[in-house]
Amino acid sequence: MKQFILKRLGLSVVTVFLVAVIVFFLTHILPGNVARQYLGRGATEEDLAEFRRVFGLDRSLLAQLFGWIGDLLHGDLGQSMQYRGPVSDILLPAIGYSSKLAGVAFFLIVPISIAGGVIAAMNRGKKIDRAITVGGLSAAVIPEFVWAIVLVLTVGVTFHIFPVSAFPDEGDRSLLNQIWYLILPSISLLLVLFGYIARITRAGVIEALESDYMRTAVLKGLTRRKAVSKHVLRNALLPTIAVIASQVPYLIGGLIAVEIVFNYPGFGTILKGAVDARDYSVLQSGVIISSLVIVIFQLIADILFAVLNPRIRQKVSE
Amino acid sequence: MSNEERRTIRRERMQLVVRNKTFLVGCSILGFWLLLSIFGDLIAPRGASDQDFEFVSVGPSFKYWFGTDANGQDVLSRVILGTRLIVVMAFSATTLGTIVGTAIGLASGYFKGKFDMITMRLIEAISAIPVLIIALLAIAALEGRSPTLTVIVIGFVFTPNIGRTVRAAVLGEAELEYVAAARLRTERTPHILFREILPNVLPPIIVEFTVRLGYAIFAIATLSFLGAGVEYGSPNWGSQIAENWGNIYSNIWWPTAFPALAIASLAVSVNLISDSLLEVFEL
Repeated sequence: MKQFILKRLGLSVVTVFLVAVIVFFLTHILPGNVARQYLGRGATEEDLAEFRRVFGLDRSLLAQLFGWIGDLLHGDLGQSMQYRGPVSDILLPAIGYSSKLAGVAFFLIVPISIAGGVIAAMNRGKKIDRAITVGGLSAAVIPEFVWAIVLVLTVGVTFHIFPVSAFPDEGDRSLLNQIWYLILPSISLLLVLFGYIARITRAGVIEALESDYMRTAVLKGLTRRKAVSKHVLRNALLPTIAVIASQVPYLIGGLIAVEIVFNYPGFGTILKGAVDARDYSVLQSGVIISSLVIVIFQLIADILFAVLNPRIRQKVSE
Repeated sequence: MSNEERRTIRRERMQLVVRNKTFLVGCSILGFWLLLSIFGDLIAPRGASDQDFEFVSVGPSFKYWFGTDANGQDVLSRVILGTRLIVVMAFSATTLGTIVGTAIGLASGYFKGKFDMITMRLIEAISAIPVLIIALLAIAALEGRSPTLTVIVIGFVFTPNIGRTVRAAVLGEAELEYVAAARLRTERTPHILFREILPNVLPPIIVEFTVRLGYAIFAIATLSFLGAGVEYGSPNWGSQIAENWGNIYSNIWWPTAFPALAIASLAVSVNLISDSLLEVFEL
């Protein structure tokens, strides 16, 4: 097991390094003169040279790449071209906001989706099962921003149940009120992720329901409901957790869309702003951080899968 | 399994698919949108950029069924005329991703070894960047607002998923006797890959194509909502929503709600199709 984790960890490091290289070259194949773009037409040659020196653009591409990776390893995210300040000052608070949204979404998504999967499995083949599986996956292919519109139009504008922005503008900024504002954006994320998680939970529960230990439990005289809560859930939950961890890339992608729709000052909004302003230092660091989070969760998912299924441990390299 | 048996299985599965209710519902909705994308110009009551300044932001009425937006443009016509762009973009992006992904998956699953190792690492790296970010990044870097660029980027982003699916299927096939037989006949590698293995891994590729098509609609709609791949003036569901988004707080819901419904129904129709295929092929 220890060997498996070490090997997987090594592969994750390779992945993050490759992501860094891909991101670097994507942001450096751009045509045009970055310094001129930022300083405007009036800039003198000296100004341009100074800008390039400050942002390290006067070095060779490879030197820039390794310089940047070296800085990252020291925790230095560099200087923002747009805001003329450290990238970390811009990204870290935004990541804090996004984590709040992700946290609220997570607490909504996980129990509701698992409950949906269990209900579907217990009613296998019936109408409610079809509704949850087909409905869930159909909901999952509708983009978050479309869900956001539907939600804002119905519960926000028409019925005034929830606030239609994601952030309290003034007044009450207590944690509870902030969470209240995050419910609507979280529901749009829930609708997109519910289908996958419910379907995996359903498969796990069905498998457990048909297992030998379930038969034993029923023979032992446990009611179906008791047997499910005592035996089935415990066995069906671990694969579900592993799948949830592997859904994190979608959650992060969804966060970006939702934040922009609700004008929430999180990571996604900053990243979109950086794309529009061609603020490469913010972009590069932002993408690396999101990939790092994804890779960490993927690692957790892989380890969970391996704990569940010893056969996986043997064929790590595949 | 002989070719004869394989053919029977294929025919039986096709019959199951055609009888599947979910499949039929999905096909009829998708068919509706396909018709609109082909004959939209003939059906739309008004031109894409026709403006009626006497009817600005007026709700649905007998004259304008879906109402008009802040520019006095007919929402119904713009939804109809916007169909072609998203349909063509989604199909081309998915086709591109499927062709490249299939080639990579075939090669990776067949040659194994170092080539497989390197492509798998690259595939893992690309999948560790959220699709939306990689698309925005590429479109920003290439300074592109053209739909073609968006299609290429989305096709590229989908390649890993398709490559992985095909590779997994090929790994199973490559062990089978007919591949060894072809090798003994000293067939050339491209022949073995494309003539022998490819036909046998087609079902998972077709299913993956429909799954990806759904995601392509998802991604293209989201990107055009965020302003990427949009040409000024041409009707586009995502950008229509982005332009009229601010007005829904004053209860002008129709310029956003109708394109939103269009995106949702198109995406769901494709999902119903891929869902029923998944069910029949038991993948």
